[in-house]
Order: sequence, then structure tokens, then C-alpha cells
Amino acid sequence: MAAPSLPGSGLLKGLGLTFKTMLSPATTAQYPHVKPELPPRTRGVIALMEENCTVCMLCAKECPDWCIYIDSSKETVPVEGGRTRTRNVLDRFAIDFALCMYCGICVEVCPFDALFWSPEFEYAEYDIRELTHEKERLREWMDTVPPPPPLEEGAVPPAEIEAGIAAARKEAEEAVAKAKAAAEGGGEPEAEGPQIDEELFARLVAEGTPERAARAKAKAAFVKAQKRREREQGGDQ
Amino acid sequence: MATSVFALEPLWLALLLQALAALLLFLIGAVVVGYLEHKVLAHMQDRLGPMEAIWHGIGQLPADGLKFLQKEDIIPTAADRWVFALAPAVAVVPGVVVIAVLPFGPGLWLTDLDAGIFFALAASGVTVLGTLMAGWSSANKFSLMGGLRGAAQLISYELPLVLAAAAIVIQAGTLSLPGIVEAQHGFTLFGVPMIYGIPHIIGLGLFFVAALAELSRPPFDMPIADSELIAGHMTEYTGMRYAFFMLSEYAGMVILSALATVLFLGGWYPWPGVGLPEGAAGMVLGFVITFAKILVLSAIMVWLRATFPRMREDQLQRLSWSVLIPLGLLNIVLVATAKVWF
Repeated sequence: MAAPSLPGSGLLKGLGLTFKTMLSPATTAQYPHVKPELPPRTRGVIALMEENCTVCMLCAKECPDWCIYIDSSKETVPVEGGRTRTRNVLDRFAIDFALCMYCGICVEVCPFDALFWSPEFEYAEYDIRELTHEKERLREWMDTVPPPPPLEEGAVPPAEIEAGIAAARKEAEEAVAKAKAAAEGGGEPEAEGPQIDEELFARLVAEGTPERAARAKAKAAFVKAQKRREREQGGDQ
Repeated sequence: MATSVFALEPLWLALLLQALAALLLFLIGAVVVGYLEHKVLAHMQDRLGPMEAIWHGIGQLPADGLKFLQKEDIIPTAADRWVFALAPAVAVVPGVVVIAVLPFGPGLWLTDLDAGIFFALAASGVTVLGTLMAGWSSANKFSLMGGLRGAAQLISYELPLVLAAAAIVIQAGTLSLPGIVEAQHGFTLFGVPMIYGIPHIIGLGLFFVAALAELSRPPFDMPIADSELIAGHMTEYTGMRYAFFMLSEYAGMVILSALATVLFLGGWYPWPGVGLPEGAAGMVLGFVITFAKILVLSAIMVWLRATFPRMREDQLQRLSWSVLIPLGLLNIVLVATAKVWF
């Protein structure tokens, strides 16, 4: 049972509450004058990192609204000393934000980190056609993409980063081991610089062979000679 | 006693100035109280209210007025045209008329009627006729219900209002509003100069509650009751005619606050027994003090609006007939006894 209270005390309590609210600062955000503080993963607009795009068309295919328009062409790239390669060139990349429903599937599905969310949202237009942002406009949105938020403490880092760190650590350990071996054994110091057969390289360049090809041949010769040396040493023992 | 500053020769000049002053006071009072309501209500609801017009939204009400002027004036086909068109004026004019007898400072009244309080209450009662006319002529069942509720509310609450005022008239011994202020100035309670509002606390409460109901302000806004009746009698109104109803509501707040100030809070004197300087300085100071008291009372009206939910129609009637009116009669008996006793 509630404690007996004075009649009308509830009315006074209500008056007190409204008075207290009046004295506390209002929560209203003065939007056009004060920009809102948006969370870093806000889905405002989609930005395109054009350099990363390989025209794989995954985003356009996955888009539920079909609001991504991609045109591309093939370009042949001549390769010296090899067959010519073909490369995809992005001619048009446009997102129609009048159709887009901001599901973010395109950003999720992009395997090459070419699409990003930006928290910018002030791109309303008087004409609906203006809402189709071409790749130049989408590239400009890239400048507004915030850096990825830091990982939580104790979180497992992404696989590719972990692999990179492991490779770097292994390399460093090897370098340390090598340095140790050199200091202790005083053995044959490792050849500095590119391990190629200098004599053969110089001869081939003199004969007019292209430098790249000459270097490759000289390296092959050096490796062959080294293997032979190792075999001979093994035979001795 | 001081005479009105408008007691001028020739008569036509005095009349012109009086009409102009009444209209100006009406408009300025309504706009100031309207802005007060916008802001106080907003902050009580954790908002900021109007912020864009000029500075902190002080130009919001004039801007709204300009907007209303530009709007189309729609009269429903089935409406009773003449009554429909006349109703907003009937709601507004009593407000301007009542201002004529309200004292806003020493000498700052348009006319000093011998039956001032009687005239003020009678004239402000006419406002509800506008509500009733609007409700009837709109040919809309929600409007009609709003109008009838307004009429029922007036009948119920005019009584406690008059009873509360009658007790003060008995105390002061005069019906004239400046006369009541002067009588209150000389009033002492056990030798201490005192405003009527403290010994007459019952009367003040009665008057204030009845005034809220007279204005159909929340929690007594059944005639408008937006969640039940759309906007009651105002449902079919647009543009300037709608603005007139809003204006009469805000002006009504000013008028009834001014009446309460005169009857219970000592009018233009800061406190009974504390005098004002002679001449123009006293007038300005008296006007400022009166207006400050009016604004405080209006702010309390807004405060009540922000806090309490709307009452039900039967609760409203029960409160008036079984609580306020008996209390009002008892109050008169007490005051009359005390007046004879001391």
C-alpha cells in the first residue's frame, strides 16, 4: 500500500517536474546552424575510390534497386618483352540516390575496397536527375569518408593484417639469426647487393641484350653456380 | 484619486487616443503573452521554441500574423455565412472593450467606471458568444460540440469568477477598479500592509481556476480539445478569422491576469503602503509593475497548461458546481463576517 499523501500533492509534484524541466537546458539541436554529431558508421552517401575499382560489376549485380550504372571498356597495355595485356577501364560509374535505399550491400560486397560509406547527407536537389551522382562526384565524397574506427581492446585483428604482421616478424627473426651467425662464425659474409653473375651481366649488356633480360639471365647463372658450389661442399663432407 | 491621462479636451481627440491605446494594448499584450507561451511551454517540454525570427524568435507572432493575412479565407458552403463571418469579431471585440476599464498604472486607464469590475466581467463573458456562434454556424458536428461545451463551461464558471470578485468588492467597498487598487493600497492585516491575495487566498484560487476555465485554457480546454474535437469551434476557420480567435485567447489571458492583479495583487503598487513617485516616472514604474504581475500570472497559466492533462466534461462540471461555487459562497460569507467584525 502506498503511503498516505496529502490531497493535491500529485498536482504539485507535476508542477515541480515541469518547472525543473524548464530550468534544465533543452535537448533541441539547432541543426542548420549546428551540425549534428553523427556516428562514424552513418550511412549518408556512398563514396567511390575510383583507383581501386576493377569493374568486376559485383556491386551493380548485387544492388537490389539496380541504381548503380557502370560502363567500361577494354584497353590493351603493351608489355615489353611479353604479350600485350588487356585492362578494364572504368568509363562511367554512377549511383542514382533517388533510387538507392541505403542498404549498403554494394559497400559490403566490394572485394577491392572501392566503395565506402560517408556520413555526409546534405545533397538534396530540386531536380531528381541531379541525384544521380557520376564518378567525379562520388570521388569527391571520398574526402569525407572518416578513417575506420579503432578496434576494440582485445579484439582479433583482421586476417590479412595478422598475416602481414606474421610475415614481417618472420623476416625480422631471420635477419636477426643471420646477423648472429655472421658475428659468431665469422664465416663467408653474404654478398651485398643483387646476387647476380656480374661478369655475365656485363657481357650480355655489351652484346646488346636488354637490361631486364640480361639481369634475369645473370641471376639464373649466379643461382646455378651457387647450387653447384653447395653440391661440391656437400660431396667433400 | 488620480484621473485618467486620457481626460483631455476636445472630446474627439480623447476618444481617438483612447481607441488607439486600447487597440495597441490589446495587440501588444496578446503578442507578448503569446511569445511567453511559446517560449515557456517549449522549455517545459525540453524544447527551445521559436528561434529563427529576428532574435530567439521574438518576431514569430508578428510573422505568423503576416502569414495568416495572406491565407485564403474559406467559408464552408453549408455554413451560415453571416454568423460564421461575424463570430471571430464577436470573440475579439469584448477583449478590446474590457481593456478600456483596466488600470495599468496610476492614471493609466482609459475610463474609470463606477461599476468597473462588473463591466469587465460582463463584457469578457460576451467572448463565449463568439465561440457559440462559430460552433453553430460552421455546419460541422465537431464545431457544434465545441461551441456547446464552451457555452456550458461559461455558465458553470462565470459564477465562481463573479463570486470571487464579489468578495473583493465587499472588502474594498467599491466596484471601480482604480478604486479597488487604492483601497488595497491602504489595507492592513493586523497592522501589516498586505495585498488582498493573502487573506483572500481562497478567492484568489477560485478566481484563477475560474479564469482558466473562462479562457478555455488547459486543463479546461474541452471546447477546443484537439484530440477529441479537432479544434472545436475553430475547426472550419482559416486565415485572419482563425488568427482572431487565437488573438482573443492570448488577449483574454492578459485581461484576466490584469483583473487578478487589480483584485488580489495590489495593482500598480509594488506592495500596499509602498508608494510610487509622482508624475510620469510613477506612471512608467506603475505600468512596468502591473505588466510584470500580468506576465507572472500568464506564465503560471502556461505552467498549468504544460503540466496538467485535460479534464473530462463531467469532471469539469462537477468541479464547478460541487466545489467551486459552494466555496465561493462560503468565501463571501467569511469575508462579509470578517469585514463586519473588524
